[in-house]
Amino acid sequence: MKIRFKTIGLIIYFVLLLLPIYWMLNMSLRTNADILGEFSLYPSDPTLVNYLKIFTEPSWYSGYINSLIYVSINTVISLLMALPAAYAFSRYQFIGDKHLFFWLLTNRMAPPAVFLLPFFQLYSTFGLIDTHIAVALSHCLFNVPLAVWILEGFMSGIPREIDETAYLDGYSFPRFFVLIFIPLIRAGVGVTAFFCFMFSWVELLLARTLTTTAAKPIAATMTRTVSATGLDWGLLAAAGILTIVPGALVIWFVRNYMAKGFALGRV
Amino acid sequence: MEKPVNQKAWFLVIPVFLIVAFSAIIPLMTVVNYSVQDIFGPGQRVFVGTEWYQEVLSDNRLQDALWRQFLFSTLVLLIEIPLGVLIALAMPKRGWGVSLSLVLLALPLLIPWNVIGTIWIIFTRPDIGLFGHTLNSLGITFDHTAAPFDAWITVLLMEVWHWTPLVTLLAYAGLQAIPDAYYHAARIDGASSWAVFRYIQLPKMRGVLTIAVLLRFMDSFLIYAEPFVLTGGGPGNSTTFLSIYLVKMAVGQFDLGPAAAFSIVYFLIILLFSWLFYQALQNVGRGNK
Repeated sequence: MKIRFKTIGLIIYFVLLLLPIYWMLNMSLRTNADILGEFSLYPSDPTLVNYLKIFTEPSWYSGYINSLIYVSINTVISLLMALPAAYAFSRYQFIGDKHLFFWLLTNRMAPPAVFLLPFFQLYSTFGLIDTHIAVALSHCLFNVPLAVWILEGFMSGIPREIDETAYLDGYSFPRFFVLIFIPLIRAGVGVTAFFCFMFSWVELLLARTLTTTAAKPIAATMTRTVSATGLDWGLLAAAGILTIVPGALVIWFVRNYMAKGFALGRV
Repeated sequence: MEKPVNQKAWFLVIPVFLIVAFSAIIPLMTVVNYSVQDIFGPGQRVFVGTEWYQEVLSDNRLQDALWRQFLFSTLVLLIEIPLGVLIALAMPKRGWGVSLSLVLLALPLLIPWNVIGTIWIIFTRPDIGLFGHTLNSLGITFDHTAAPFDAWITVLLMEVWHWTPLVTLLAYAGLQAIPDAYYHAARIDGASSWAVFRYIQLPKMRGVLTIAVLLRFMDSFLIYAEPFVLTGGGPGNSTTFLSIYLVKMAVGQFDLGPAAAFSIVYFLIILLFSWLFYQALQNVGRGNK
């Protein structure tokens, strides 16, 4: 009986969660005149014209490609940097460890508006403006600290005896870390990869400031329709639906890591 | 058991330190620099000391925005953290339901923030929106562009819709990390489900919940794109949160000095509260052990 109550609550929540997204899907399958003309719960005359426009115009689809490139670079950099650092924080004491750990997170706390100007100047000094690597690097500012924090939490959940046993068995640090330790926290790695991907994917202000055309992200392309004469709701909705797809694929791939949980029994 | 002291651990941390410092320190210093100068144009600047800080701190509209921001972030935390944990507890633990739930949960998180605002405009408009249209046809007048209360409800609803899944994902990952042996032991002891939650699940979720509270506090305090697109800070100033006011000041009035001083104060407020939350959550955890 209790289980059924839980399930019903969960289903209601998911329906509410999906309603705004369903509404966007509904809009994306209708023309603008149709949307403004009549209120309809479902597309009575579904059309793919909005999607066709996005897939055929380079100014639209290049936005998705640019976003995907810098987001992938950022996720890889963030994970590679954060894994060893999180291990250091979770296993050892060293001078300044607590301060450094908290300082990392303070980098998420700056209101972006005024910081954008010095950011632009800094990246132009290095000649990085309008490159994918610039956006990927600037997103490290908030993703690397987050990755360190999340991974540290997962690593601290693993008993230290595992490390000591492995070292006694003659494992070197790199071999132990890659072969034993990372598989143990694969749930944490999966969650972290997803979060890095997500925060980099949805960030607009830095990505827009550091790019002009060659690396322009999709979120910035979408603001263009807002400033055009009147809003093309259908086109905007179709573009919105397409922004969800890559991330949904990523979580589909990491879902097993999250679901399987921990294999602590192997000690 | 205390962690062993090992200064060589710094070598594992140095790459992270360098890559973050590259993007963090120079811009921060530049903004501090702006905040103590009056800038007329390239090469023409005068040192003004704390003048901008005094001006910013005595700005009435800024204080209004600040209180509005505190109210908003408090509500966000009070709603999203318990709701997120509840949903995580209700989620299936194995089987196909897990994959489905995880993918569904992630959907709102993956939408760029300006698009979130657009979705909610479409969703809540009285003429073409499902939400607005339904409420109005039920006889409830709802218009977030005219009534401050409706605007607040809409922004809060949007925020809860957008970010509760983040809390749920973190809490769920924390729950998954609890070994089954703990539940077996609790069952043998005949523990109630409340006791299991209070003495096993909650303490084990402390780490992920600390991250969830800090992230939700910081991001809701910095909220900009979503309400800006949805309401533009109106009607009146009713949804002008701190970031929206800051952008009005920095871009609208070209007041780089005061805006920079404002940014620094803003940053320090978030820093202070995040630190308090962090300390509090660390100590609560220790009491449970």
